[in-house]
Amino acid sequence: MLKFILKRLGASIGILFAASLLLYVLVINSGDPLWDLRESIADNRDYLMQQRSDYMNLDMPWYQRYWTWLVGVGGCFALKCDLGTNIQGIEVSGILASAATSTLRLVVLATVLAAVVGIAIGVLTAIRQYSGLDYGVTFLTFLFFSLPVFWAAVMLKEYMAIGYNDWMKDPAFSTTQIIIVALLFGFLMQVFLAGNMRRRLITFAVSAAFVAVVIPYLLWLNFFRYPQLGPAAIVVLSLAVALSATAMSVGVRNKHVLYPALITVGLGLVMYYATFSLLSEPNTWILIIGAILAVLIPGAIGHFMGGRQRKVAATVSAVTGLVFAGLTVVDHIFRAWPGFLALKPRPIGTIGSQTPNFTGDFWEIFLDRGAQLLLPTILLAVISLASYSRYTRASMLEVGQQDYIRTARSKGLSERTVIFRHAFRNALIPIATIAAFDFAGLIGGAVITESVFGWKGMGDMFIVGLRSIDPAPVMAFFLITGTAAVLFNMLADIFYALLDPRIRV
Amino acid sequence: MSGVKDNEELRGPSNMKSDIEPGEQQLVSLVEVEDAELARKQGESRSQGQLVRRRFFNHKAAMISTVILVFITLMAFSSIGFAGIPGWWGKNYMMSGTVINGGAPTFSLWPAWLGGPGFSIGEHPFGQDNTGKDYFALVMRGTQKSIIIAVTVGAVATFIGAIVGALAGYFRGWVDEVLMRVTDLFIVIPLLVLAAVLGQMAGAKLGNSIFALALVLGLVTWTGLARLVRGEILSLREREYVAAAQAMGSRTSRVIFKHLLPNTIGVIVVNATFAIAGAILLETSLSFLGFGVRAPESSLGLLISQYQNAFTNRPWLFWWPGMIIVTIALSVNFLGDGLRDAFDPRQTKKTRRRTKKEEVSE
Repeated sequence: MLKFILKRLGASIGILFAASLLLYVLVINSGDPLWDLRESIADNRDYLMQQRSDYMNLDMPWYQRYWTWLVGVGGCFALKCDLGTNIQGIEVSGILASAATSTLRLVVLATVLAAVVGIAIGVLTAIRQYSGLDYGVTFLTFLFFSLPVFWAAVMLKEYMAIGYNDWMKDPAFSTTQIIIVALLFGFLMQVFLAGNMRRRLITFAVSAAFVAVVIPYLLWLNFFRYPQLGPAAIVVLSLAVALSATAMSVGVRNKHVLYPALITVGLGLVMYYATFSLLSEPNTWILIIGAILAVLIPGAIGHFMGGRQRKVAATVSAVTGLVFAGLTVVDHIFRAWPGFLALKPRPIGTIGSQTPNFTGDFWEIFLDRGAQLLLPTILLAVISLASYSRYTRASMLEVGQQDYIRTARSKGLSERTVIFRHAFRNALIPIATIAAFDFAGLIGGAVITESVFGWKGMGDMFIVGLRSIDPAPVMAFFLITGTAAVLFNMLADIFYALLDPRIRV
Repeated sequence: MSGVKDNEELRGPSNMKSDIEPGEQQLVSLVEVEDAELARKQGESRSQGQLVRRRFFNHKAAMISTVILVFITLMAFSSIGFAGIPGWWGKNYMMSGTVINGGAPTFSLWPAWLGGPGFSIGEHPFGQDNTGKDYFALVMRGTQKSIIIAVTVGAVATFIGAIVGALAGYFRGWVDEVLMRVTDLFIVIPLLVLAAVLGQMAGAKLGNSIFALALVLGLVTWTGLARLVRGEILSLREREYVAAAQAMGSRTSRVIFKHLLPNTIGVIVVNATFAIAGAILLETSLSFLGFGVRAPESSLGLLISQYQNAFTNRPWLFWWPGMIIVTIALSVNFLGDGLRDAFDPRQTKKTRRRTKKEEVSE
């Protein structure tokens, strides 16, 4: 294994080196970096040209320029990175640091969201192969594949952001709108839950009626401007999560798993009141530590109470704990929402990663960043969600034809156990590798999204650099994306070998 | 073909068996009758090409997509003319005129009995831009260029990918090693980045020609196909017919081009369609960012980029090119999906099972 990794690493570094040389030569030959100055009529034209030549080493031959750059990068191993200066003489390492954090913020959330939702949809469509849901989702995924990102982005801006912001001034639904939303929701619910005709009709009626009652109630509460959750709603929702997680893993009858999950909900309620004042003015560390504790403590409860099923019990309790903690945070965010609206009357932003000159307490800044993040994240997630759901579906169908699935069914295991324990786990193996590729690809692929949303990330750095024939930022961009691609490729291979013992390296 | 043969082989020995074991005769002959029935129903033998064509023509989504694609292509090339041949659409994309009704599109499908203006095409079906240019002519011109670029990219990428993959797979050893490392090299640099750099270079060095851009884009999108073809060839080259061809003294080029590549045609054709769909999106994205097609030339991505700020006042300037990109890419993707199903031999199993089920229900 070690030999394999070292060999791969060696080959990767070689490829990375060759690719950087290729890209460098291509970039510096793609135009004239001095063209704007050549046409300039400024008095200090010669001085400006000389200055730019100094910044970009234009007086050196290409191989010397590349060598200078390479030596600077090589300094990274000695913790002294020198990525050169850009066309204005600013150190690229500094720009890169801020650009990389803002891109990562965008990409991590989108990838996680896309993976979770995409895999869930993929499993669902595989179970219901050739159903209406399957055909509908297939069509949608093809549509998302064929969607030009920039076009979809402008549509999102126009209809989601501006439309929502206008609506937010005076949130209201007309009766017709409520009826349409209710019917649509009922239709979608019966598509998702399926079953025979009778069950579908009941699902449709119940969910449509639910929406038709809830929306006027929320409007009456003025929920959209003054949202509130409160401990009661949190407990009900967490109980639902605890029950459905238990039902999905071993079934509700299993006390060893159910009781720890229920205890977790009880403990969560105690913690809700205990941490109330702390969470009103938190900081990032408190939230991170809280999230870790919300996983660890329920996990421990599940582990000690679970008996023979302690693994499942620990997982179910941890999920319940995390959901409870998440809902508690949502509760605090809801409390901050009216104040945020007062500070920023048009909440959803379309340009940049934060509102300029925005000041507020922790939750208000959090909401501001979130509102700016919303549209690009939705866009990126939707587009990579399509491929996740396709791959998961294909992988689930492939696994479903294996002999061990037939064995599992024929020995009388419940369909739930067959799907989640036998099929799903094995279907996840190829997905893990795809997730690795996807993450590496998204860093490079966020170029268009960043440019449409005016996000000062790595994509923006690349575009601005390339437009002015400025190799330093372009190469810095490549250094990150190329290294990520190579690294995640290798991780994917190693993952594959670890997850699937049939593969030997 | 093999299915029919199996049936006949099955019938032979089991008939003999029924002589020996009369007790099982009833059961066996029931199965026999069913098999014979099946064999009679789908008994005509068909060539590989016929099978693929039949499966493709039965694929509804793919057929609809083909019709849509042909329609769009015909519209784009015939309406405003191509390569000096005048088209049937009277207005020119360069000609500016007076803006009528704020340039709103006159195209309408809303029938009169629903209170609409009835089906009409009108003077400017897609509207006019702010200088009064006919937007239908502009969009058709962009569509023409985008289709040309996409098809050229698909052709170039398929050609390079197939050759590189075939050489790497056939020769193995150091040739494979070198070619695959070159492929890795192209994969490590993000596609959009490489395409943008090369697109800018093509614009600066090779003049403002869409063919230069298409060629350059083709040079960076062949990697996926090369890997797939290599994998196919690696397994195909161990077959007996390859050994036979080699033993008869065929030249290497003949083995590769006559014996190996035609057998990977499924992979190649399917990937060529997906390459075209990818090329449409890549070209439009590059033009949108300003590294692709430039101003005097036109493309769908460039139109969106030019008019993206007009969305609030004149949304149609934004809608039409985008809708056409989505339609083309979606149709090509469905077409590729249909081709994949048609070329996939596992597909036969499903149709056969379905016919059996239908027979049962009858």
